[in-house]
Amino acid sequence: MIFPGSGILKGLAVTARNFAGSYVEKDRLTTEQYPEERPKLPEAARSFPFLVYDGDNPETGMRCVSCKICEKECPPQCIYIIQDRDEAGKAIKRPKVFDIDISVCMSCQICVEVCPFESIRMDQDYELSSFDRFGSLILDKPKLLKSNSYYHSIHPTEAAETDGRIEADRLKKEAAAAAKAAKAAAPSVVSASSSSSQQEGKP
Amino acid sequence: MSFLPSLESPQTIDVSLGPQHPSTHGVFRMNVTLDGETVTRLQPVFGYLHRNHEKIAEGNSWLAAMPYTDRLDYICPLTNNWAYALAVEKLAGIEVAERAEFIRVITAELTRLQNHVAFLGFVLGDMGAWGTALMYAFREREKILDLFESLTGARMMCNYMRFGGCRCDLPPGWLDTTRKLVDGFPKFLDEMEALLTGNEILLARLQGVAPMTADRAINGGMSGPVLRAAGVDYDIRKVDNYGIYNRFKFRVPRGTVGDCYDRFMIRVLEARESVGILKQAIAVIPEGPVVNPKAKQRGFRPPAGEAYGRIEGPKGELGFYLIADGSDKPYRFRIRPPSLINLTLLEELCVGTKIADVMVILGSIDIVLGEVDR
Repeated sequence: MIFPGSGILKGLAVTARNFAGSYVEKDRLTTEQYPEERPKLPEAARSFPFLVYDGDNPETGMRCVSCKICEKECPPQCIYIIQDRDEAGKAIKRPKVFDIDISVCMSCQICVEVCPFESIRMDQDYELSSFDRFGSLILDKPKLLKSNSYYHSIHPTEAAETDGRIEADRLKKEAAAAAKAAKAAAPSVVSASSSSSQQEGKP
Repeated sequence: MSFLPSLESPQTIDVSLGPQHPSTHGVFRMNVTLDGETVTRLQPVFGYLHRNHEKIAEGNSWLAAMPYTDRLDYICPLTNNWAYALAVEKLAGIEVAERAEFIRVITAELTRLQNHVAFLGFVLGDMGAWGTALMYAFREREKILDLFESLTGARMMCNYMRFGGCRCDLPPGWLDTTRKLVDGFPKFLDEMEALLTGNEILLARLQGVAPMTADRAINGGMSGPVLRAAGVDYDIRKVDNYGIYNRFKFRVPRGTVGDCYDRFMIRVLEARESVGILKQAIAVIPEGPVVNPKAKQRGFRPPAGEAYGRIEGPKGELGFYLIADGSDKPYRFRIRPPSLINLTLLEELCVGTKIADVMVILGSIDIVLGEVDR
């Protein structure tokens, strides 16, 4: 300190530099004029969960098989699922009711991590305020279901990885089914060739 | 003032500060008894933000307790995540992936940076300089929060660490952005110091206010910057060497008299040391998996036993004491929050000071009510 008050003057110089700098330096003017200017969200950004469906029809393309793992693992217990049943009362691998109460949801992404069917994913929509406390904050199945192309538009990398995994699974299943069918069709020939590859080590 | 007989036996007045007051850092209430302007008694009242954290964790799975830890000290979610993950790893004997250790150090030090920067702004707000310093501080903090968002998906409720590692790998380009930010950070700290540390008003408000001796700090169970400001060389990063902190070179700054000014400056110095750790960590971070593939997350059942995992959080020693009974839920889930325990000496520090200093003293301890009330 050279003379009394020099510390204050030094501080004021910083303020002045920031004030003047805010007109020229991008670093010092960080305000985004929100409704006109929208932030570009990073790919990882998340808000609330949604359900992915393949193709064009949400009902038939739904990936969810109503296994209820997310319902069980959800820390604040905000997911509610009822499994669908056909006329005979037999359970179908599809949810009849799938509700997420986003006034309870804490956006932790654990449902996404535990879902074995790549069905539940995190949305990026953040403009969810409503006048109604109960109705519009409980997302039901029609509101939750969003297409795979939407998923690709918000999380491109993650969605591509997911598609790769699903494709690999499908190919594996198809190969297994084909092998099974071939085995059933021509047991003597195929079993000899498949046993050599699948049951190595057996005499 | 003997010529004013009514002042010979002065009446005291009770003032309720808070719970909704911008300087109480949340919903914290102090019932202060004043003799004139001097504080003669101070009674903290807390619990307004109590949300049953420990019991909720005991009713949920081990993994499901992780996102709740974000909400403890909501300024620094990633260190909270780490403390819990560390306790569980100790309990179940899980090895942490090498790359994840580096990511943990980087995110924890970034957390410390933004916490200390926010502290500088808040403490100025407590002194009445509401605005300027806080806006500059939050401008820098926002850059770090943007990094957190691109890495973990959320600015504050990160939920990023997992048992044996971290949830996901660094996105492409993240390290470069971080390196740029870290390299530019000392410049911001210089600017902040030019703005603040020489300011005569700030010195008058902070120096000599509520000093704490080293003995008192140790006996009061203080930890973190408050303890080190009192002159005690105790940093859990050095004492425990948890994670991979023994690989980095850094110094532990210490205060001399433990007054508010020491508590203020120690944050600036610690932020500078954090920048050093970040530079070292970013330079040598290895490639590899970010989570131990053997570690189970869902349906995780650690063997029966107990463990106490603690880390040097930005506010002090954050510990998780866990008891497992072999089931998929913790039998006991106890948190040792630094904010609550650093708050226990508040009355002692405040009695005898002026009412206007109470805010500064509370601010210099650096509490977050999410952690105090749990």
